[in-house]
Amino acid sequence: MMRNMQSGTYAQPQEKTVKLSTVISAFIILAVYAAVFVAEQTLPSTSILFTVLKKGATYALVAVSMNLLNGFTGLFSLGQAGFMLIGAYAYGILTIPVEQRANVYQYYNGGIVQFALPVVPALIIAGLVAAAFAFLIGLPVLRLKSDYLAIATLGFAEIIRTIFQWDKLGVLTNGSNLLREYPTFSDFNIRGADGEVTLYLSTLVPFIIAGVCIALIVLLLRSSYGRAFMAIRDDEIAAEAMGINLAKHKQIAFCTSSFFAGIGGAMLAMYQNTVQAKAFTSAMTYEILLIVVIGGIGSVTGSCIGSFLFVACSEWWLRFLDQKQMIGNFEVPLLRNGFRLVVFSIIIMIVVLFFRQGIMGTKELPDLFKPKKGGGKKAAKRSVKEKAEAAKEAVKADNPDAAEAIEEAAQDAAQAMTDGIANVCDAVQAAAQEAAEQAPTTLQEKAEAVKEELKAELAGDIPAAAEADAEEGGEA
Amino acid sequence: MREIVMQMDNVTMQFGGVVAVDSLSLDIYKDEIVALIGPNGAGKTTAFNVATGVYAPTNGRVLLRGKIIAQGHPTGKMRSMYAGTHIGEYGKLISHTPDKICKMGMARTFQNIRLFKNMTVLENVLVARHMRLNAGFFQSALNLNLHEERRLRRECSDLLDMLGLSDLMYENAASLPYGKQRYLEIARALATDPRLLLLDEPAAGMNPQETDELSDFIRKIKEDFKLTVFLIEHHMNLVMDISDRIYVLDFGKLIAEGTPEEIQKNPAVIAAYLGVEEE
Repeated sequence: MMRNMQSGTYAQPQEKTVKLSTVISAFIILAVYAAVFVAEQTLPSTSILFTVLKKGATYALVAVSMNLLNGFTGLFSLGQAGFMLIGAYAYGILTIPVEQRANVYQYYNGGIVQFALPVVPALIIAGLVAAAFAFLIGLPVLRLKSDYLAIATLGFAEIIRTIFQWDKLGVLTNGSNLLREYPTFSDFNIRGADGEVTLYLSTLVPFIIAGVCIALIVLLLRSSYGRAFMAIRDDEIAAEAMGINLAKHKQIAFCTSSFFAGIGGAMLAMYQNTVQAKAFTSAMTYEILLIVVIGGIGSVTGSCIGSFLFVACSEWWLRFLDQKQMIGNFEVPLLRNGFRLVVFSIIIMIVVLFFRQGIMGTKELPDLFKPKKGGGKKAAKRSVKEKAEAAKEAVKADNPDAAEAIEEAAQDAAQAMTDGIANVCDAVQAAAQEAAEQAPTTLQEKAEAVKEELKAELAGDIPAAAEADAEEGGEA
Repeated sequence: MREIVMQMDNVTMQFGGVVAVDSLSLDIYKDEIVALIGPNGAGKTTAFNVATGVYAPTNGRVLLRGKIIAQGHPTGKMRSMYAGTHIGEYGKLISHTPDKICKMGMARTFQNIRLFKNMTVLENVLVARHMRLNAGFFQSALNLNLHEERRLRRECSDLLDMLGLSDLMYENAASLPYGKQRYLEIARALATDPRLLLLDEPAAGMNPQETDELSDFIRKIKEDFKLTVFLIEHHMNLVMDISDRIYVLDFGKLIAEGTPEEIQKNPAVIAAYLGVEEE
């Protein structure tokens, strides 16, 4: 039995039957994965589509982790790039094959780490290392409020970036040189005996990694801890008064977010084939923040969609604007290197202006398929008909003719609703008056009462119906 | 001898040079409804905040069922600035964060309603139950404690049922009418399983009929949940109707204490509220 009401996204009534909207969402997600897999086998592997998909999946994970912290717990933190850096380096350091280490760590005599871990444990450790750093940073920093927290985390991200380039730590981090030769996404392609790729998995793998991580985050948000985080966002003081230890919960949110940001950083390393601390600037954090805001602060689906749109726009769809285009002999003005960025900025501004709450607001994927709240013209019409029926029954006992007149009146009212809401009240009034005239005088009062009731019902319903319609129009 | 639930001993709260609460001593016994009244700015909400751990008292102590939950004496700069009494009587500095005190069984509501506006009614109440979660972080985060979640939801929806809010269970808390929001605030405090309930101006903004209903409501929840109630209120009919005892505060000082009848006749109280004729 489905309740015909708009439920809070994360406070679903626990019903035995699975909701239709959940089924549709699950189907769509599976379809996307299937499409990615099929596309990879059929399209040429150098297609830019796969670049977009891989980077999109990576950024999606980092954006969701940032949304967990900013959008769901209300902690305005700008340290994401720092934790991505830690994760990327932890992954690289742990997975460079032993025979390559001398080559990579040329200036540091092969480096201090002389073993290599397989990919999955390395990913998990990358996340844990990032979370450990987050714990230490969080101890002093999480007491700060909003803007100051942002500045402090931004500062720490820059500090981390500089320390990782420090020469003295070069035996571990390779100083300001690149880390390379570690396993990348392309290494997941299954090759035949002759070295040719038989099964392409290089795009599916980041999707799987990101998918699993995002699923874990969604589970967290649906749990009691997720509610505690949202309570801290909505009103810290009230949350504390209701028994939620602020320091502990903020640390948990911070460390969890950084864990997944670390894994996202490792994924970025796998995507780029090389990592360099220099590249993890605060600009990267702002890109992620942009994705979160455009997708919708407080919507996991929004972050995912926003991430793919962002990467597609910046890497693919606007590329043609950077090249000189000729129409016959005439060179199109403005189209030269760099114009793409101008257009990109304009698009972002338009999105922010017209989608104030982000593309998804606070809605998630299942919410797009939920039945709308009871209201609108149809429901009001139905309830008017019902009221008219009831009135008719009441009068029928006394005088069949009056009953007929009232039935006609109700039909006229329903017709008037189809024609135009403005006329309804007049129509009802006129119809009810007609009915009252036809009825014998003794029934005059009864007809009056019916008229009043119908008028009141419509007067209540029409504004409500109009409001519901306006709401629907505004949401779309 | 009746069991004492909360006791404040010479609690003084000083902010910089302003003494907000001056040597307030009060006792609250089990199953009582005690009211704290006084003109605006008398220091009533500050007293609540000291009791619930939002502020650490500058001097004095607070005991909950015999256990000291807050104790202070002037330190640092305050030592020279302190303008209160009972100096040197209180030793070790003890203070707890509000969440600890909530876990000890004292819950409160707020003067300006502090609901979680972006969450539904049911979620608001579920949050209050979070501190009593048996499952660990990882168990809960991976949604492995389905049994417990179901139990929590059942308990919370039963509570909302008892308080007449179950129709609105999945509505956004911010979309509730004002009166219902106040009831939800109380429901949320009740969900923490308190023994002592502190209500900060529960009837603020209510008309006389709603105030009457609230009066019956408070009596009902006191019976059903076996609570002791300590309330701040300005609506005198509500206060006189349900309170067993009343404390009166003016400019931070306790000026009167007694039953409703005694307070109504007390000249100091009348002077505080209505003023004294100029000679």
